[in-house]
Amino acid sequence: MKIDRATVAHIAALANLELGEAEMAAMERDLASILEYVAQLDQLELSGVEPMAQVAAPNAAPGDRARDDRPRVWFTAEEAVANAPQAGGGCFKVPRVIQPAS
Amino acid sequence: MTDLHTLTTATVRTQLAEGQISARGLVEEFLRAIPAVDGRVHSYLTMAPERARAQAARLDALAERGEPLPPLAGVPVAVKDVISTRGIRTTCGSRALERYTPLFDATAVERLEAAGAIILGKLNCDEFAMGSSNENSAFGPVRNPWDLERVPGGSSGGAAAAVAAGLAVAALGSDTGGSIRQPAAFCGVVGLLPTYGRVSRFGLVAFASSLDHIGPLARSAKDAAAVLAAIAGRDPLDATSADAPVPDYVRQLDEPIAGLRIGVPREAMAAGAGLDAAVAAQFQAALAQLEHAGCKIVEISLPHAPYAIATYYVIATAEASSNLARYDGVRYGLRVEADSLGEMYRRTREAGFGAEVKRRILLGTFVLSAGYYDAYYRKAQRVRNLVAGDYRAAFESVDAIATPTTPTPAFRLGEKIADPLQMYLNDIFTVSADLAGIPGISVPCGFASGLPVGLQLLGNYFEEARLLRLAHHYERLRGAFPDPPVSLAEAPRG
Repeated sequence: MKIDRATVAHIAALANLELGEAEMAAMERDLASILEYVAQLDQLELSGVEPMAQVAAPNAAPGDRARDDRPRVWFTAEEAVANAPQAGGGCFKVPRVIQPAS
Repeated sequence: MTDLHTLTTATVRTQLAEGQISARGLVEEFLRAIPAVDGRVHSYLTMAPERARAQAARLDALAERGEPLPPLAGVPVAVKDVISTRGIRTTCGSRALERYTPLFDATAVERLEAAGAIILGKLNCDEFAMGSSNENSAFGPVRNPWDLERVPGGSSGGAAAAVAAGLAVAALGSDTGGSIRQPAAFCGVVGLLPTYGRVSRFGLVAFASSLDHIGPLARSAKDAAAVLAAIAGRDPLDATSADAPVPDYVRQLDEPIAGLRIGVPREAMAAGAGLDAAVAAQFQAALAQLEHAGCKIVEISLPHAPYAIATYYVIATAEASSNLARYDGVRYGLRVEADSLGEMYRRTREAGFGAEVKRRILLGTFVLSAGYYDAYYRKAQRVRNLVAGDYRAAFESVDAIATPTTPTPAFRLGEKIADPLQMYLNDIFTVSADLAGIPGISVPCGFASGLPVGLQLLGNYFEEARLLRLAHHYERLRGAFPDPPVSLAEAPRG
């Protein structure tokens, strides 16, 4: 896999990152070198090997289960927006999404 | 009275129970003494004097009434800044969260305080725990108390340096690819990676959820055992926390180790692993001591271990790209204003994240993107199964596995920062345990070029007690480990 500037620009857009020119060049170089290293995985014969998405320890009850569905007060709406850069009326505020008709 | 930098969980509790010290007095001594040393080490990002004093007052009240003291009563500890603390800012070493204050405590923090520990503050780390040198902290690197021109390791560099320099008796760190064990090795302290699911991840700011662990750093296996006992166990707030019973880790330390079989992977000793000769010599000496104590050292093979780093940097970055999507300037953290929502997201993330975090988000986005998902992400998940399978097979014939924790001792600040791949290769002996989900411990085993070297012991799922026991016995065989040149030993007691 050869990574080029257009690919970096594409994934930066997917990741909501706005990279400058110099940053874009550095990332292109670094990603190329890391992916070249990762290519060693191609040497392995993997047919019949299941993907492992999560650790499932053989000697413990599976922890992967939901807790009881009981309401619990963690914090108020006021507190929940306390860390927001912009808030009002217990809501998070963001720039206008739909522009008014002119 | 014991010096601050040599306090242990047991001595603090005993002195408190016997009225030789007060928890409040101890807290004041630490708060007074830390700045002079930490001005050079830079392990703390935030001090928490009010919370520490309030907790100390509760413990003094218990002691004055002669009530039974909890196991970690009065023990001054500190917490890596990727672990949430209610009312105390939790930056994750990132500009994005410079002014973020959690509304809740991580379960591990809550349990640590319930066990009587006193949280002094929050510890520096690589941004979002991504790094092996602590140079990726947005607030400046931590320096190694053994040599201020060298890195403390990462990403729990602040935790390892603080414990080594005596600025806390123990600390909570996090380990996703070696971030507890590697800095523990570099700074000459004990670092424990628990089994995945052993300690609740609730309140640990997510980096790579299938690989993230919280665990203790301490100056002895015994103190690590005491902290683990306090924080381990099922937590309804983390669906992946395990239901396995929590043994009495401290009491089991003195059980014998003779007869235990310790496997040494030939892949770790092979030329390609990049093992420094002086580190190898210290490692062999440690094995000889364990053998002399009755352990059986046998060669084993972990054939897929050489593929672990490539596997890790696909899976961890994929999970990170998803987990870090939340930092968009809406609900918390930094926001860079813009006219449109999309522009605000992009500018906020550009300004909030450092280079390594962006690199990993990009790599993770790439390996998950259409056309590359199967070739990278699914493939890495399959190799992960092979890496874990190697361990399953090995533990059918051995009780523990030993390797050096790192191929070299602490490197110089700036030495590897320009080459991300070289930095990643430092994790060669640590990442595979995170991939498999098995526990591991790093215990100091001597010096190479005047810098601490770590002996890593890995165990089967939920066998932390055996690892701690081996580490504890090894510490006795080794003898007392010296203090670093920069530590609270310099501070006169008031």
